[in-house]
Amino acid sequence: MRIGLLGKKIGMTRVYDDKGRATAVTVIDVSDNARLQVKTVDNDGYSAVQVGFDTQKESRVNNAELGHFNKSGSTPKKFVHEFRLEDSETVAEDLNLKPTLLQAGQLVDVIGRSKGKGFQGVMKKHNMAGQGASHGSMMHRRNGAIGNRSTPGRVWKNMGMPGHMGDEQVTVQNLKVVQVREGDNALLIAGAVPGAKGSYVVVRPAIKHSVGTLAKEPEAPAAASSGKPAAKTAGKKK
Amino acid sequence: MNIIDTIEKEQLKKDVTKFKVGDSVRVHTRVVEGDKERIQIFTGIVIGRKGTGVNANFTVRRISYGEGVERVFPVHSPRIAKIEVETAGTARRAKLNYLRNRKGKQAMAVRE
Repeated sequence: MRIGLLGKKIGMTRVYDDKGRATAVTVIDVSDNARLQVKTVDNDGYSAVQVGFDTQKESRVNNAELGHFNKSGSTPKKFVHEFRLEDSETVAEDLNLKPTLLQAGQLVDVIGRSKGKGFQGVMKKHNMAGQGASHGSMMHRRNGAIGNRSTPGRVWKNMGMPGHMGDEQVTVQNLKVVQVREGDNALLIAGAVPGAKGSYVVVRPAIKHSVGTLAKEPEAPAAASSGKPAAKTAGKKK
Repeated sequence: MNIIDTIEKEQLKKDVTKFKVGDSVRVHTRVVEGDKERIQIFTGIVIGRKGTGVNANFTVRRISYGEGVERVFPVHSPRIAKIEVETAGTARRAKLNYLRNRKGKQAMAVRE
């Protein structure tokens, strides 16, 4: 059953593991996930669990929505998401939507909305190379040619052009849960997660692994005879 | 309290030896070889400190076989067992990067 949690990105920090290695982690607040509705094949044509996160003022939802929230005994929520289930799966009555739904070491996918970058050129948006800066060149950051000649006589679809960048749904797959902090209602997830601080994210068990798959431990370097090699002048951070 | 502050506070060491830029220090680092752990000591001059809280770092410079060697250590890393101050320095600036341009005896002399 691939049920995950909804949360809010708090920010990033670093934590040391038991071997003394520092890992950059994103802190995600997953407090008060509420089960709003269980959808079944008989009733709704498909099977899913609807989960809500982050309390909303009652005055900000309309009556229809309020009725929906009240039906499950929950306060109104700002962020609502469904986790699809296989048709045969059923949801336990006491489904635990606490951080402990996930465990440390587990691989997860995180879905968020990336930071908006505004109208951007092709070099930033599509990683094009641009043109030379000097030798009298008067063309620097443009896209260059966009097609061929009379065959095909048009511009191919999906040709990279300048335009709006960011502020779209982004999924990052196979991130490792570093810590599950039940007391703080927080998850620490290794690496970066899409979106700005305070934006909503969905954390679900990694879709490309069976649920509960643990991240592989990085293998210890074989010939670590003298430990970390001493860096030369202006040595890199270890 | 902010969750991040809580997380960072947990990781701070409580008894970090006080040391300043310019001090000669012996940094005891834990080195894991296979399944054994031993202490390796890196001796040198602290030529800079950087960052705050869990992100605090310091740079130690020494001359090893005629070649300048610098290592950057996180202050609160569990891999650092101990920091000993051998002699207190009298540096007048926050970063002693000028030592990098010095040769011979002068290279390890901290005095303005």
